[in-house]
Amino acid sequence: MTHEDVSIEELAERAYRAREHILAMGATEHGTHVGGSLSAVDILTVLYGSVLRVRPDEPRWPGRDWFVLSKGHAAAALYAVLAEHGYFPPEECRTYGQRHSRLAGHPLRRLPGVEFPTGSLGHGLSLAGGVALAASRTGRDNRAFVLLGDGELQEGSNWEAIMSAAHLGLGNLTAVVDRNGWQISGRTEESVGLEPLADRWRSFGWSVAEVDGHDLAALRALFGALPRTPGRPTVVIAKTVKGRGVPLFEDRKKSHYVRLTPRLHERATAGLRARRRNQT
Amino acid sequence: MTATEESVPSGSDWAELYTGSARDAHRRTLLELARADDRIFCVDSDTGGFEDGFAAELPAQYANVGIAEANLFGMSAGLAASGLIPFAHTMSTFATTRACEQLKLDVAGNNLPVKVVATHGGLSAGHYGPSHHALQDLAIVRTLPHLTVLVPADAGETALAVRAAAHHPGPVYIRLGRNATPRVYQEPYDFTIGASVQLGDGDDLLVVATGALPVHYALTARDVLAERGVSARVVNMHTIKPLDRAPLLRAARETAGIVTVEDHLVVGGLGGAVSEVVASEHPCRVRRVGVEDRYLDTVGDERDLLEDGGVTVDRVVTEALTLLKPTRTDAYSARPDAYEPRADHHNTRRR
Repeated sequence: MTHEDVSIEELAERAYRAREHILAMGATEHGTHVGGSLSAVDILTVLYGSVLRVRPDEPRWPGRDWFVLSKGHAAAALYAVLAEHGYFPPEECRTYGQRHSRLAGHPLRRLPGVEFPTGSLGHGLSLAGGVALAASRTGRDNRAFVLLGDGELQEGSNWEAIMSAAHLGLGNLTAVVDRNGWQISGRTEESVGLEPLADRWRSFGWSVAEVDGHDLAALRALFGALPRTPGRPTVVIAKTVKGRGVPLFEDRKKSHYVRLTPRLHERATAGLRARRRNQT
Repeated sequence: MTATEESVPSGSDWAELYTGSARDAHRRTLLELARADDRIFCVDSDTGGFEDGFAAELPAQYANVGIAEANLFGMSAGLAASGLIPFAHTMSTFATTRACEQLKLDVAGNNLPVKVVATHGGLSAGHYGPSHHALQDLAIVRTLPHLTVLVPADAGETALAVRAAAHHPGPVYIRLGRNATPRVYQEPYDFTIGASVQLGDGDDLLVVATGALPVHYALTARDVLAERGVSARVVNMHTIKPLDRAPLLRAARETAGIVTVEDHLVVGGLGGAVSEVVASEHPCRVRRVGVEDRYLDTVGDERDLLEDGGVTVDRVVTEALTLLKPTRTDAYSARPDAYEPRADHHNTRRR
């Protein structure tokens, strides 16, 4: 699959539709992690639309790039984007959380496009590191991408993975931090602060880039020029807004996990549409 | 070609090679396997002993991921998902009580062919102190889906188990001791995952053991019992999961009961597994010799601490003899009027 012909406008359209799917999943019986899904959806849209070498109709194609959603609670964003990119019909999003659905609250491997089930935080970077190591040692050009939450970086296992990936020279590994600044109990800097985040990664031997995580063109340009430094893993610290695109939820602690009532779903969707009109 | 047909030496070569520790036998075997199959990958977490051997000879098939057990299992799962056969090395206690979640989700949950080589099993690192005791690991790994659990009884059997694990399509937990232990096997045999090995026949009871010293203790206890006119059959249960049920149920039907012997807590390990099987299929008496439920903070080597925990030859003998004594229930059943009062007893209770 080549991505060169996917325009920024088309990516924006896919991201918009993905946000609609996320809200729809939030309106199901159990609700979902709305805030952290909306903050991640632009990153995922650019990855699947313009960066990852994948074949949605052949999910385990051996030549593929691997993507690991370490912040597994943003499953709704992953489902929405996978559906938009042809892994399964978008209508299946409506089954989210229902009995016998393939769409659990955290991703399951039985869903096409999911490489590893996640949900417990602090697993994804090691998993992606193993994939990257396997490719580098066997002379294959598969790349590994992993999306981390910022609060998730409080899990110590990440720092084990960060150290070893740099030491092993995994230039084919890219981590993206969805830096929306929130975790359940409040702002990350008020919980256990992560700053200076870029310096921390840099001091561990990674090539570091910082970007607006909602700027589709900037994300595409950045991901299109990997690795930034040969033989070094790259981290992209993507500054994002929790709940992005839905004024009701933007940059709000309460958007972390939401069950949308029909009325709230209507209001959220109206806000999403209004935001889109204002931007075009 | 089966695992054992490859390059297992026979006869005196075997005796020469596999006198010593399970760890040495494993390292030698892994290097042989990796030379022949470049999918075999050695993932180290600073356990020591691979630098001059494996890493020097096959650097492309080796990585040290640091003193970082969670990362060890995560990366091993990534390697396995990419088509390699990683052997992930750490101590039993860190494999299970430190990085349990990665073992549960990333390795076992995904049914990926990661081979966990867990050294210093049980009290084999006794002198290191309680931080290095692994007395819960079998209880933990027994509950993880897809995971096969192997506990070889000597260095030679370790070589066979490692080969079998390499060829097994799923994840395997291989529990090894730290020290040189007595040789159980004088020559290689057809090691099969899930098929226990009977090491001696007897009619009175079954002693089933797992791991190096427990199997050694069981064999010694059999000799002691024989001197007292008791004939015990002995089984080396080298696979804890899937557990070989047939010899257990046979013993439940044919003998006075089963004594289990293990270098593990009496809860959740071999004794627990055996009890579960007979309780549901053919109830019989099970006496469990293992470390009692307490925190061992005494000082000593492996055998000393096993003794402090309650695992000795004498203890195996005592428990075996206990099985042969009539129980209160037996005595009750033996009364001529046993059946009548029993029925009354039930009626009385109901009233």
